[in-house]
Amino acid sequence: MTTMQNAGSHGPRRGSAVSSLVSMARQLAVPGLIAAIVTGIAFATTRLSGPFGMFVLWAACSLLGLYVFTRRSQGRMAATDAVASVTLGFAALLVVTALGFIVGFVLLKAIPFVRLNFFTQTLEGIDPDSPATQGGALHAIVGTTAQVLIATLISLPFGVLTAVYLNEIGGRLAGVVRVVIDAMSGIPSVVAGLFIYSIWVVQGGFGYSGLAAGLALAVLMLPTVARTTEEMLRLVPGGLRESALALGAPEWRTALQVVLPTAKVGIVTAVILGIARVAGETAPLLMTAFGNDRVNVVQTATEPQSALPLFVYQQFTSAQGSAVDRAWVGAFVLIALVLVLFLIARVIGRSKTARL
Amino acid sequence: MAATMTAPLNTIAHAAAPANAHAGTPIETRHLSAWFAKRQVLDDVTLRMPSNAVTALIGPSGCGKSTFLRNLNRMHELVAGASMSGEVLLDGIDIYGPTLRPAETRQRIGMVFQKPNPFPTMSINDNVLAGLRLTGTKVADKDALVEWALTRAGLWAEVKNRLSAPGGSLSGGQQQRLCIARSLAVKPKVLLMDEPCSALDPTSTRRVEDTIREIADEVTVVIVTHNMQQAQRCSDQTVFFLADEERPGHIVEAGPTEQIFGNPVDPRTNDYINGRFG
Repeated sequence: MTTMQNAGSHGPRRGSAVSSLVSMARQLAVPGLIAAIVTGIAFATTRLSGPFGMFVLWAACSLLGLYVFTRRSQGRMAATDAVASVTLGFAALLVVTALGFIVGFVLLKAIPFVRLNFFTQTLEGIDPDSPATQGGALHAIVGTTAQVLIATLISLPFGVLTAVYLNEIGGRLAGVVRVVIDAMSGIPSVVAGLFIYSIWVVQGGFGYSGLAAGLALAVLMLPTVARTTEEMLRLVPGGLRESALALGAPEWRTALQVVLPTAKVGIVTAVILGIARVAGETAPLLMTAFGNDRVNVVQTATEPQSALPLFVYQQFTSAQGSAVDRAWVGAFVLIALVLVLFLIARVIGRSKTARL
Repeated sequence: MAATMTAPLNTIAHAAAPANAHAGTPIETRHLSAWFAKRQVLDDVTLRMPSNAVTALIGPSGCGKSTFLRNLNRMHELVAGASMSGEVLLDGIDIYGPTLRPAETRQRIGMVFQKPNPFPTMSINDNVLAGLRLTGTKVADKDALVEWALTRAGLWAEVKNRLSAPGGSLSGGQQQRLCIARSLAVKPKVLLMDEPCSALDPTSTRRVEDTIREIADEVTVVIVTHNMQQAQRCSDQTVFFLADEERPGHIVEAGPTEQIFGNPVDPRTNDYINGRFG
């Protein structure tokens, strides 16, 4: 809608908002009508079908119509401008629509089965024929919490130290380290799972466990934390470092007592983004956490453990309808969890810009 | 830390011992040249900056006065590719020699920068004490030191009731005086100031200038300034730097401030202070 107003604002400005809206509607009525008719004809004659085909045809025809009419009334510059802003509007609409469909679909499927039991019960002793209102994912929520915590405890110090090395020390190996970290962020998650599976679960002889899953997630989380933290450290004004050094501070104290505290909020953001990156990982968990029906906290390091993505996967692959319903609720909780983490990151990130 | 700091200085204190315990220390350069990568920016600068006096460095942009200043406390070498030659003597000891580590040198030769930059995560109180924390120095009476440093910097009356407020909540001029207090709290022998007033309004500038005059009795001050009136108002000695096609940054003329501004020897000095170039 705003894009249309932008396009219209090139015309002569009228007194009130209402009259300008009316004039805009008048301006757009004819092209809109023609575009609709052309879309209808094209939809009937081409092989594009379904709502998506309709959308593509409608977008193309509207753009064409917009260009032709704006060019006639306001010239080429205005026409190009209008087409560009409306195209961007369409692109944004497409992205938001896709996201909306995913979230909406999960919501639609999950909402009827969101009950308290999902958060308080496990799958222990749950019959395959039990309805979705029985049994829950408490063990999976606990497992995900434990695994993400372990991954954070590992990747936070290593990630921050790596970032400090890259940005504050900038040794001769900084370039190499940066390339390695970038390559690491491209590791397919299943490979990270296989890596921990082979060296920890099998070679190490430790077996499946929540700890193994935490290790695999740490491998995936580390590059995100390291690179995001590096970006945050880069935002710390160089003048602060110089001031600290000019006071006679050694470089390690400068990094520890001036640079890191100044970037603290940014580092929190980096960690939350890292958590959001790994919280939904499924493939590595299959090979490391394996899954479990019971709550496993005490034996996180030694026994198999469930996790939300694993719960979703295992319930989906079941033949029972009630299990699939539980999977939808699991998916919903997972999305909500990641969404909340992103919101927290956004809020913290905003308070940061306010302070700097 | 404090004991090891003063020991080598005392042994070579051949000059008449100053009456004031906090007295400043003379600093001088001999044949100082400096480079950024292959580009030479300072050429053979020999200058003595006497103790308990204010030395003003003036000259057009790019004449090397800031680089000169940053060579006096080993900040120059922090720039990638930067190098220097020559000697910088703090009370007779070469700060580039083996007896002093760079961090030790910077503890004795403080610096105030162009842009006020209090540490944003620290309160006013902690900003003043930052130098001690950052060097691992213990102090018996922190409150007394904070009051002393802020008083010397002319800020105590304005902030004494809100010492726990963040340093960034002060006005620009107050922030700069906070930075001066922060530098003074580590009890430096020399204080270098790189255009400390260029980001400040006239009132704040006057306050900072008053502060400079105030602290000059216990610390040697070297100030880079683009403001001729400022150099006249607050310095005892003025040094005119220039860089031209034939020669990188060098001293054209140095002498008592009254003489440089009243009766300069070199015609280029005369032209510069009267605003005819630069």
